[in-house]
Amino acid sequence: MASTSLDRKPRLLQALDILSALLMLGTIYMVFFYAPMERVMGQVQRVFYFHASSGWVTMVVLIIAALAGIIYLIRPHKKWDVLAVACVEIGLVFAFICVTTGSIWARPAWNTWWTWDPRVVTFTILILVYMAYMLLRQGIEDPQRRARFGAIYAILAAFTVPLTFFSIRIWRTLHPVVIGSGSATAEGGFDMTRPMVWTLLFTLLALTVFTLTLLWHRVRLGWLADKVEELRMKAFGR
Amino acid sequence: MASYFAAVWAIMRKDLAAEWRSRQMVTAMLVFVVLVIFIFAFTLDIDMLTRRQIAAGVLWTTFAFAGILGLNRTLATEGERGSLDGLLLAPVERSAIYFGKTLANLFFMLVVEIFTLPLYALFYNMSLAQPGLWLVLLLGSWCFCSVGTLLAAMAAQARSRELLLPVLLLPMALPVLVASVRASSAFVNGLGMEYASASLNILVVYGLIMPALGFMFFDFIVEE
Amino acid sequence: MITVSQLSKRYGYRLALRGVSLRVRRGEMVALLGPNGAGKSTLLRILAGLAQPSAGRVEVAGCQLPKQAAAARAQLGYLGHQPLVYEDLTADQNLEFFARLYRLPAAAARIDELLELVGLHQRRSERVRGYSRGMLQRLALARALLHRPRVLLLDEPHSALDLQTADALDDVLRAQARAGATILIASHDLDRVGGLAQRAVLLADGRSAAALPKAKLGRGLPGHYQQALERAGG
Repeated sequence: MASTSLDRKPRLLQALDILSALLMLGTIYMVFFYAPMERVMGQVQRVFYFHASSGWVTMVVLIIAALAGIIYLIRPHKKWDVLAVACVEIGLVFAFICVTTGSIWARPAWNTWWTWDPRVVTFTILILVYMAYMLLRQGIEDPQRRARFGAIYAILAAFTVPLTFFSIRIWRTLHPVVIGSGSATAEGGFDMTRPMVWTLLFTLLALTVFTLTLLWHRVRLGWLADKVEELRMKAFGR
Repeated sequence: MASYFAAVWAIMRKDLAAEWRSRQMVTAMLVFVVLVIFIFAFTLDIDMLTRRQIAAGVLWTTFAFAGILGLNRTLATEGERGSLDGLLLAPVERSAIYFGKTLANLFFMLVVEIFTLPLYALFYNMSLAQPGLWLVLLLGSWCFCSVGTLLAAMAAQARSRELLLPVLLLPMALPVLVASVRASSAFVNGLGMEYASASLNILVVYGLIMPALGFMFFDFIVEE
Repeated sequence: MITVSQLSKRYGYRLALRGVSLRVRRGEMVALLGPNGAGKSTLLRILAGLAQPSAGRVEVAGCQLPKQAAAARAQLGYLGHQPLVYEDLTADQNLEFFARLYRLPAAAARIDELLELVGLHQRRSERVRGYSRGMLQRLALARALLHRPRVLLLDEPHSALDLQTADALDDVLRAQARAGATILIASHDLDRVGGLAQRAVLLADGRSAAALPKAKLGRGLPGHYQQALERAGG
């Protein structure tokens, strides 16, 4: 990346900013006005659109983080590390949103804020894993080593998080009395009418575009921070 | 190839010999486990049946934390900040160091398990004469040590290393713990292989993937 | 035996070495002089294969680093700031372990010989934990010499040694040099290595003397380094 491209915000990014703003407005309209009220759950069902989409976005960015890690280990260039950190930070935010909205939905649906459903546990563990990732990075001063360790940890996580899901699912299916285990397949919990499907797809699209925009901003920020550090080193340190 | 295994073997034997001389770490792990058994047994004032149901969970939680005690020590002997310099200077593959260390850690963990299991059997009313349980112990400990050694090597080079290791390791080792508890519980409660097989599969998959990743990544961890 | 050209090492945003060039011929004993933080240790760590160069070419004992590091390691002896021995093992066990890693034939005889050489023969079956700093350093030297390396890299080998032990170390090094070993000694203590080495190379601010700006040579360095340079023609 040339340094000049950093100084000014790229046109495409500006366009993406506007596009995501419009899409988010559209999402709000779709979710609250276009989508019909669900018969059993009522208004609270509308949180489902955000819930499912943020879950999807989380998976996407965390997979990108692991891929960036692989590329970094093969061709160590700091841009891959900047990308990986950006992905993990954004992934953490959306994972929080996903768990929170899930909890809001679970209260009326399963009559509890929290269940030991495999997905819920996996997402919570996922948050813990990536918080550990941030802690690991904080503890290492040498930027190259920090990038290497981050890459390795993100790749390991890409293997262990799915295994966590499977291990808990095996566990749970043998405990049929657990609350809500029948509705663990939440999407199947209610019949989606056509407007509902459209709303979900639109929300997915909007959140994906929004996330990519966010990612770009965060990568730019990472690059600028890196440049500042480099200049500081040039000016003051050896 | 023969020299690779010779290096793995030499490194493992070195760690065992050093520990045999001081016996500090394994003693600390043993005392820790015994303490936890007592504390659980006293604080969870429950009937025998429930006790047997939770035995596997208590077992693996305790072993995991004892394992962390050992893993934290494993790199402390290797130069300041666990730099491994002495081993890195030698003409051996980096991954041989990883496997040597993993095997040594596995050995320590198994020793602790073998010595403390009779106590568990006593307090939690379970029978030890089950080959399945021993298989789970071996597999689960292997999985735990293979990921633990890798992460300990990373944590050793970070600022708050002893604090960092459990935070790094426990969420990563969760599938191991869940599957091990599930499989052990099946054997302890006499449910047998059909209830344990799915969990054993997870352990086998994990126990193959993690060492493979360690084999590939250990070079990057010790690189400077 | 050692050829370094335009070597740079970057730790994050900091450049520890910036374009160092150096040449040591077979059988030479060369002192690497410089104040603390000049990059001496970094240079030795790269030569020993413990650290990767960021840029530049490094060749040790006919092996390109870092590509052929594994082959180079078998011919390298390195003595750093840490003794790199195991406290809970005896001197014997330590050397036996390293002999196994280096796949030494007839290890027992070699270990005998070395323990005699560094004067630890009497206390070979004691745990290293009880050793004094000087004894540790001697054992570390034995570890570094164990596999008869062709190239010896020593990082401040005289630090924490009493005068007698330091002199003994000098004798060992001279004997090694006579036997054909190539030796590079990093030190900030000119008096100690001045008489030992055949020539000196100056490192300051991550640069070798030849690459240092004139002004820096004049003002930035303690005078006695400069005199030494002139004396050594380096």
